[in-house]
Amino acid sequence: MEEIYLDNSATTKPFASVCQIMMEIMETAYGNPSSMHKKGIKAEHYVHHASDQIAKTLKVSPKEIFYTSGGTESNNMALIGTALANKRMGSHIITTEIEHPSVHNPLLFLKEQGFELTFLPVDSFGHIKKEDLLNAIREDTILISIMYVNNEIGTLEPVAELAKAAKEKKPDIFVHSDAIQAYGKYQIYPKREGIDLLSISGHKIHGPKGIGALYISDKVKIKPILYGGGQQKGMRSGTENVSGIAGLGMAAEEIYQNYKEKIQELYEKKLYFIEQIVKIEGTTVNGVELEKGIQKVEETAPHIISVSFEGIKSEVLLHALEEKGIYVSSGASNHPKLSSTLKAIGVKRELMDATLRFSMSGDTTKQELDIVLETLKNLLPQLRRFVRN
Amino acid sequence: MYRAFLIKYAEIGIKGKNRYIFENILRDRIKAALDHVEGDFCVIKESGRIFVEAQTEFDYEETIDALQKVFGIWAICPTVVIEDKTWENIVNHVCDYVRQAYQGETFTFKVKAKRSDKSYPLTSPEICAKAGEAILERFPELTVNVREPQERIYIEVRGSAAYVYSKMIHGLGGMPVGSSGKAMLLLSGGIDSPVAGYMISKRGVEIDAVYFHAPPYTSDRAKQKVVDLAKKISVYTGKIHLYIINFTDIQMYIYEKCPHDELTIIMRRYMMRIAEHLAKSASCQGLITGESIGQVASQTMQSLLATNAVCTLPVYRPLIAFDKQDIVDIAERIDTYETSIQPFEDCCTIFVAKHPVTKPNINIIARHEGNLKEEIEEMVKKALDTVEMLEVTPEMEYGI
Repeated sequence: MEEIYLDNSATTKPFASVCQIMMEIMETAYGNPSSMHKKGIKAEHYVHHASDQIAKTLKVSPKEIFYTSGGTESNNMALIGTALANKRMGSHIITTEIEHPSVHNPLLFLKEQGFELTFLPVDSFGHIKKEDLLNAIREDTILISIMYVNNEIGTLEPVAELAKAAKEKKPDIFVHSDAIQAYGKYQIYPKREGIDLLSISGHKIHGPKGIGALYISDKVKIKPILYGGGQQKGMRSGTENVSGIAGLGMAAEEIYQNYKEKIQELYEKKLYFIEQIVKIEGTTVNGVELEKGIQKVEETAPHIISVSFEGIKSEVLLHALEEKGIYVSSGASNHPKLSSTLKAIGVKRELMDATLRFSMSGDTTKQELDIVLETLKNLLPQLRRFVRN
Repeated sequence: MYRAFLIKYAEIGIKGKNRYIFENILRDRIKAALDHVEGDFCVIKESGRIFVEAQTEFDYEETIDALQKVFGIWAICPTVVIEDKTWENIVNHVCDYVRQAYQGETFTFKVKAKRSDKSYPLTSPEICAKAGEAILERFPELTVNVREPQERIYIEVRGSAAYVYSKMIHGLGGMPVGSSGKAMLLLSGGIDSPVAGYMISKRGVEIDAVYFHAPPYTSDRAKQKVVDLAKKISVYTGKIHLYIINFTDIQMYIYEKCPHDELTIIMRRYMMRIAEHLAKSASCQGLITGESIGQVASQTMQSLLATNAVCTLPVYRPLIAFDKQDIVDIAERIDTYETSIQPFEDCCTIFVAKHPVTKPNINIIARHEGNLKEEIEEMVKKALDTVEMLEVTPEMEYGI
């Protein structure tokens, strides 16, 4: 049976170039970058090269790239590190209602430590209003954290615009953005966009798992959250995950090759899929202002499509698709009950547990989408016969 | 300090002429349990007891832990082995033992001696008297009380060595698995059924299990959860043959043809029928369920009557009079609770009517089952033909 993988927001298949360089490093360049001999120097070169590759895509200095164990650690480091280093400036942090748990939960930890939080509401398409943000800024606001692209419904937040407005009102505010779902899908230039800290993850861009990066503007001082041997200028101790770092660098470079064509193709497929799926009875596409025209799709991320199916438990539909070799996520990649976004945009209770997320990659083909649509057309009437009373 | 363990039996001590059979089974169970403990052990049956003696360095905690999971053991006595049996050496070891085992506690005691090496120069009463004297001399804070001592210190002089012990660690009791027969457990993934299997197994019963899988309504993770539960109880019960029945078609067919408020009862009747079929072909003498009166709609007396009616084998329901909390307590003790409460749907929860019948009338149920006549036999046969069987042991690896 042919497999159709539409869970690329959960994780992606590593590029061949990524596997190759990681294998090469594990077999031959296994030195510790901190070692003084040439095995160490060789390993260090791989790390520097990766920083160059990543920095180039963001138009930042390679010195501003720090490596972590993944997106979760990047977000933790950015939020906890900034808050602790700037405690004297104030204790107020602004974020949104639809952040990923790896932003939401470190912020709850900070709340326990005495910081105050403001959660900005979103409209039914997941957008934050600039006025809400400006109204929330106080004398003691030190940090704003707004995700670049929402992981459940694909909303693109106007982070640049929001950051600019916020900094006009209070210049010494720091802006963090969780760009884990956006990196590789958008050209993100933090310096131009007023973003001081930006989190990225390896395995969402066809890189390896267990590696992430945090861009920290040289203007920002943060406190480390891990202490030890002082690697990465003391900001993140621990022997560098050299093969992971090299894999991330390689993935970053490759994902931005022919970037424009690839993104255009993704949008075409997304448009097509949405046009077709709304023809099926009892389906709703979340996060897209379809009533304002299908072109509105291009104002959301090119790879994420969230669809609610009336009268069907998402878990059941997910497993039914799985039996046909089609892999998708329910609501968010986490347990549906954790989905804050669907709740925040006002998805009806009975639909929250009836929502699937289809997420594409550059490898997704139109034929695959046709098979998925066809399968859904067959499965839905069958499954709807057995609705739980 | 300890190098051996004296194992005291539970009830198998009263089994008359069959006793040696039980003892042999217990010995084999102990050997199997110690297989995965660090160290080599020799397990011997000797004059009405079992001795476990370490042949190499071993991990004491691991050993006790493994022995505490063997049904049939009433108590485990950690024992000092003294190879040089000269009296002076024995006395020194006994005193060392008292110092290390009690670390300055004060208590009343009595020495009990046994001498199976009849050539030994001292008789049992002499050993008791001399050892007691030596202990009193070395530990003036202790006192002897022969009527009601707080501690009994045992000295056994045998052919190869002398043995000293006094502490007793409780075992599980029950009877060694393999001494009673075999039964088929209906394992659902909930809290109750693993506990039920554990309890019946404690009476010496070997366990096989059946799980009803309903893809795509139940996920592979739900199935993995059941395998994990079987693994957890197999620590106690030994190897479990886990039968996995694909139940989707049957469930759907019942859903289509029968009143929805009777769905669960009719479904359970088919589960019992299938389980009995598997049980008979696996030479089991009974079925086991985790049912408890009144816990849910399908476990009222009337519902139990309706599900019981389709079976000819006895159905053992060890939790029948247990409150939920009592069941949870055991589940926590045998480490199945955490696994059981993982939130995956099982086939019993996926299609539940809002108001299922709580007092089903067996005649009406049977009449409605008549609606299924055309195809159900074929479906049951197909489910049995396509059954998947897994051999579950504590060491079973994840399928990669």
